[in-house]
Amino acid sequence: MADVVLEARPDINTDLSAEDIAAQQQDFPTEEMLVNMGPQHPATHGVLRVVLRTDGEMVLEAVPHIGYLHRCAEKIGETLAPYQYIPYTDRMDYLAGMNNNLAFAEACEKLSGLESEVSLRAKLIRIIFAEFNRIASHLVAFGTYGLDLGAFTPFLYAFREREYILDLFESTCGARLTYSYITIGGVTDDLPDNFVDVSREFLDYFEPKVVEYNDLLTHNHIFVKRTANVGVISKADALDYALTGPVLRGSGVKWDLRKLPGSGYEEFDFEIPIGQGEKGTVGDCWDRYYVRIREMQESVRIIRQALDRLAGTEGQEVTHKKGKTLKLPADEIYHEIENPRGQLGFMVRGNGSAIPDRVKARGPSFCNLSVTERVCSDVLLGDMAAIIGSIDVVMGEVDR
Amino acid sequence: MAPEEIAELLRKEFGDGVADSKFDTAHPRIGVKPEAWPKIARFLRDDARLGFNFLRCVTALDLLEDDQLSATFDLHAVRLPAKEGADCELVHGLCVEVRTPRNDPRIPSVADVWRAADWHEREAYDLMGILFENHPDSVIGPKGRHPRRILCPDDWAGHPLRKDYMFPMEYHGIPAVTEMGQTRPVH
Repeated sequence: MADVVLEARPDINTDLSAEDIAAQQQDFPTEEMLVNMGPQHPATHGVLRVVLRTDGEMVLEAVPHIGYLHRCAEKIGETLAPYQYIPYTDRMDYLAGMNNNLAFAEACEKLSGLESEVSLRAKLIRIIFAEFNRIASHLVAFGTYGLDLGAFTPFLYAFREREYILDLFESTCGARLTYSYITIGGVTDDLPDNFVDVSREFLDYFEPKVVEYNDLLTHNHIFVKRTANVGVISKADALDYALTGPVLRGSGVKWDLRKLPGSGYEEFDFEIPIGQGEKGTVGDCWDRYYVRIREMQESVRIIRQALDRLAGTEGQEVTHKKGKTLKLPADEIYHEIENPRGQLGFMVRGNGSAIPDRVKARGPSFCNLSVTERVCSDVLLGDMAAIIGSIDVVMGEVDR
Repeated sequence: MAPEEIAELLRKEFGDGVADSKFDTAHPRIGVKPEAWPKIARFLRDDARLGFNFLRCVTALDLLEDDQLSATFDLHAVRLPAKEGADCELVHGLCVEVRTPRNDPRIPSVADVWRAADWHEREAYDLMGILFENHPDSVIGPKGRHPRRILCPDDWAGHPLRKDYMFPMEYHGIPAVTEMGQTRPVH
């Protein structure tokens, strides 16, 4: 165990050799203790309970317990028509409502063959909102991660910028958190008149702010010391546990569903940031954090391109007359899209009527969280908040 | 490889272990018998031609009309690049469907093949009642060993996603109310 301490923190106890530390721990063995972290712990981002087996400051084993926010979302899906289920998807990953709407809408469209009838304008609007929501979601991740590690100011900066995005959403669909804006066959309504100008204004304002975040938190000495070389997830583990999103890319795997054919992003020019171990090891907490920061910049690029392309599509219908009367054929489909937290998948099975037989949601947070047990053994208690924060789970989606 | 070719390959390797497959659908899937599933899963992961290293999702289904439960495993084969920092490549995708009788639903666990299956199988037991045998996180219940529940409390009765699930009218002295006085789901 002493080796692990040294490996994780090469600069701690520089005066002591590994043998000295091992001897120290031999001299003072402490009693093992079970500690409940959560379900009401501020650093667990909601109602996550992690049972820790500790020996002094060391966490020997961490077992996550979930289900405190289970709302039978899949059972409800078997009683509602697809357009009625859209609001329920908002409440899964409540920081990325637009992306959730999009995943479910696309799954139903693909299943019923409506996909080709969605207009170009509706598709572009969907991309713009999905990317805006990605920025908003990553801003919360960035802000609360600082908060977890004791830095209060970045949180206020993040929420200041997120507010502008929520204002944009509110001006379009009236809601600030649970939008239900992207729906079967398109979106519920066209953009307000000045949307494009306001969006561009925001993007011009936002881009320099990312540099500010880097000065404020990313390269902050204390922050780097607390996150670099901590909670390292190897490439092999990341794939084995089916991690997705920034958690997978932080481990150096360049995998993003938006780059696959058929994603709707084929004609957009953007990069996939991956963890490179700039401050420590590839796949540590800092890498996962920094992938999110760079993804925000890439999202800005995508939105700019989409706004440019929007100019030629005025007057196109963005709603679909079949959106609310859609009947799902007796077939099934599994469809995934790239959410801010990873791949959100919906499995929809129809039976010829308006109401599906089965709706299954594969939440990225659910799969990403399952790796905690693996990562959080033999770490310092103080690192638990850093590791769980870097995985960035939303419990609404874990428990559904 | 297309799902049809993979089915052909599996049939050559495992013969009777492969059950009916369905390809003329939006979700092409290969049927596999429960007893052959762990071997086939390992083959799908380790064979150089297949290389399915990424378990995307496990979906449990209640097929009331066939008196069966099923678990579908959606897989991706993601090829890591030879050069550090280059794009990963999607080789192919596949879905495997394992069906099991409704009155005694047992499927061997594949959590030792893909670690991601661990939580998915716990969820499938919790909500649909499929017993995944030899699951690494099992507990002993009144009806024998089963995976630990994950979303519902440990002492929950029944499996909510079954089509004939009865709504509990009381839980630890807490009375429950349902809309229109229903006691079971209407489908």
